[in-house]
Amino acid sequence: MATMVQAVRLALHYGETHLGVTDIFGEDVGPPLGGVFTATQGLRTAWNSPLDERGIVGAAMGIAYAGGRPVCEIQFCDYGFNIIDLLKVAGNQRWAGAGEFDLPMVLMTPSGSGIRGSLYHSHSFESWASRLAGWKIVMPSTPLDAYGLMLSAIIDPNPVMVLLPKALLRVKGDNLIPGEPDDEGELKRRIDAPVGDRAHWQPNWPAVEKYIVPLGVGMLVREGTDATIISYGRTLPLCAQAADQVRESTGFSCDVIDLRSIFPYDWKMIAASVKKTGRVLIVNEDTEVTNFGEHILRRIVEEHFYDLLVRPRVLMGRHVPGIGLNPVYEQNTVPQLPGIKAALEALAKDAV
Amino acid sequence: MPKKNSMPVKDRAVKAGIATGEEVLPVERCLQIHRIMVLARALEERMIKMSKSGEGFFWIGGPGEEAFNTCLGFQVKKGEGPKFDYLHFHYRNSATMLAMGMEPIDAIRQMAMAWTDSFSRGRNFPSHFSRKAWNVVPVSSVIEVQFAMAPGTAIMQKRHGDGVTIVVGGDAGAAQGDFTSCLLWSSRPGNELPVIIITMNNGWGISTSHCSQHSCEHTIERGKAFGIPGEVVDGNDPVACWYAVERAFRYSRSTRRPFMLEAMVARLNGHSSSSGALRSDEPDCIAMFEDRLLAVDVLTQSKIDQIHSQAHAECDDAVAQVMREPRPGFGDIDKFTYSPSEVDAVYPGDYTGLP
Repeated sequence: MATMVQAVRLALHYGETHLGVTDIFGEDVGPPLGGVFTATQGLRTAWNSPLDERGIVGAAMGIAYAGGRPVCEIQFCDYGFNIIDLLKVAGNQRWAGAGEFDLPMVLMTPSGSGIRGSLYHSHSFESWASRLAGWKIVMPSTPLDAYGLMLSAIIDPNPVMVLLPKALLRVKGDNLIPGEPDDEGELKRRIDAPVGDRAHWQPNWPAVEKYIVPLGVGMLVREGTDATIISYGRTLPLCAQAADQVRESTGFSCDVIDLRSIFPYDWKMIAASVKKTGRVLIVNEDTEVTNFGEHILRRIVEEHFYDLLVRPRVLMGRHVPGIGLNPVYEQNTVPQLPGIKAALEALAKDAV
Repeated sequence: MPKKNSMPVKDRAVKAGIATGEEVLPVERCLQIHRIMVLARALEERMIKMSKSGEGFFWIGGPGEEAFNTCLGFQVKKGEGPKFDYLHFHYRNSATMLAMGMEPIDAIRQMAMAWTDSFSRGRNFPSHFSRKAWNVVPVSSVIEVQFAMAPGTAIMQKRHGDGVTIVVGGDAGAAQGDFTSCLLWSSRPGNELPVIIITMNNGWGISTSHCSQHSCEHTIERGKAFGIPGEVVDGNDPVACWYAVERAFRYSRSTRRPFMLEAMVARLNGHSSSSGALRSDEPDCIAMFEDRLLAVDVLTQSKIDQIHSQAHAECDDAVAQVMREPRPGFGDIDKFTYSPSEVDAVYPGDYTGLP
């Protein structure tokens, strides 16, 4: 099975061969490296930009204005804090311009912790991103969803940000991408650039097919009756694991929702599950003051207050300036499996 | 470029046009430019009145930049898509838009925040133009983002025809990193871009003088570090502006490389209505041009007066009409947020509030 980074590469290949993608660019995105995570190896339209995030986003906007279909990359979302006003402008161009100018651009960027990334390679971005009206924001937790969400991001004629959970980029999926070879060794031989001299290397792309994960549609990855867990990105598989363990040991069963789209989010799925279970745990790793999960919590409290059996909970990253390099910092700054499991057990024990 | 003419000044003017040095601008062109300059001034002055009368809230615009901006507008390759010129304006380009064919009422509708405002539907500040049919991308109040975007449109233009990208900002805005980004992205070796980088140097950033913050007199001096040629032009002289703009277009259109142009202009009504929009005593490009037109008998004072009064009357009539036009309503707030999407399950059409 493809890893998430291979899935992104396959999606971009499909994008430039079937969906009109004209430019895939950013820092080290083109040959010879093909991206620091290898997401852009071997792509026909990939090119290297100056190390200038504002220039990257601005160029993507200009290319989109002039009829191109750009996919730009910010190498780590941590480097994107100097582009916030350009992102605001990109989100408002259609609204401010009387609906005349579409901006069909994709911005992809690795987000979150999990690679021992220290202060400037561990940030989360979805809470910042969720405040950018006019954008659509997605964050996959599986390779297949990364493929399907990337195709949607490319097809959608509005600015779409694809947040890629760093910790999951090299994790293999459970499902084949349509057209992906069954043998993962074969996939690797065909699309992974060799280590060393790549001057004459060309990928041998498999004939991957169109597969869409619509924007705004979550995925119920576990079905239960007693509680609702809402998550996405790196913490999603941890939530599923915690739910499995608690169910096995106590019989307490949960809906686990992989939101997949941060905006628009799948409110119907959230609301139906909360109504059914009455217990809610929201988990993400962004910092806890003005966190996107708090918005979901606000709507749940306001619109489903009388459906709740016990107080709802949000498990988030600590409000500290960064994630320190020593593992003790990361382990205790952002949610990990034991903490999620403990929060779920506490939710289960709350008396009605 | 026109050849040197040895006739006496008065005869040269009558038979050929108005001269600056060896450059002569034909009379018909001079009159065309003068009319747009006057119309732009009348428009700005009427909008300043609107900002004081309550017909609008805030004014910002380009009195003092009319000479250069008019010459720019007349020479744009106007159209939609990468085969035509792209325009990344700042908020002082009304004369450019008028020269391109905008009606004064279009700007007044934006000033009046009317629903009929085709640029922003009553959402944006005045002189924040946007017109897809002319490749005028939405103007932003922040003074640098256009410099980051301009290389993008030029990347596409380099692949299609001979269109060029024009990006305009003030001398104070050149302090922003995006200005340097534009120089860098436009001059990448082997990937040079057809961008004309224009600085309108009025010597001020709101209340801060250029010379108190910038060690170099001209922003084009920074082009040297990137191998980008440039020219400084007297922005109060339409003849000099016409040929400077023509040279910039010719260079960038034919070589597909960047060029810098810096127009030394006046700021006749301050930064915006926030500082009162009071008239300063800086040189007035219209009055100076009229002195030259009068001196060579191209225009008479009564004809000039008539042109001014016609321009003011046109703007007054436009305000009267706009005051009768619809305003945006509560139901218009979300409109134009999203373009329809076949892959969005929540917003297949426009934005409609929270999911």
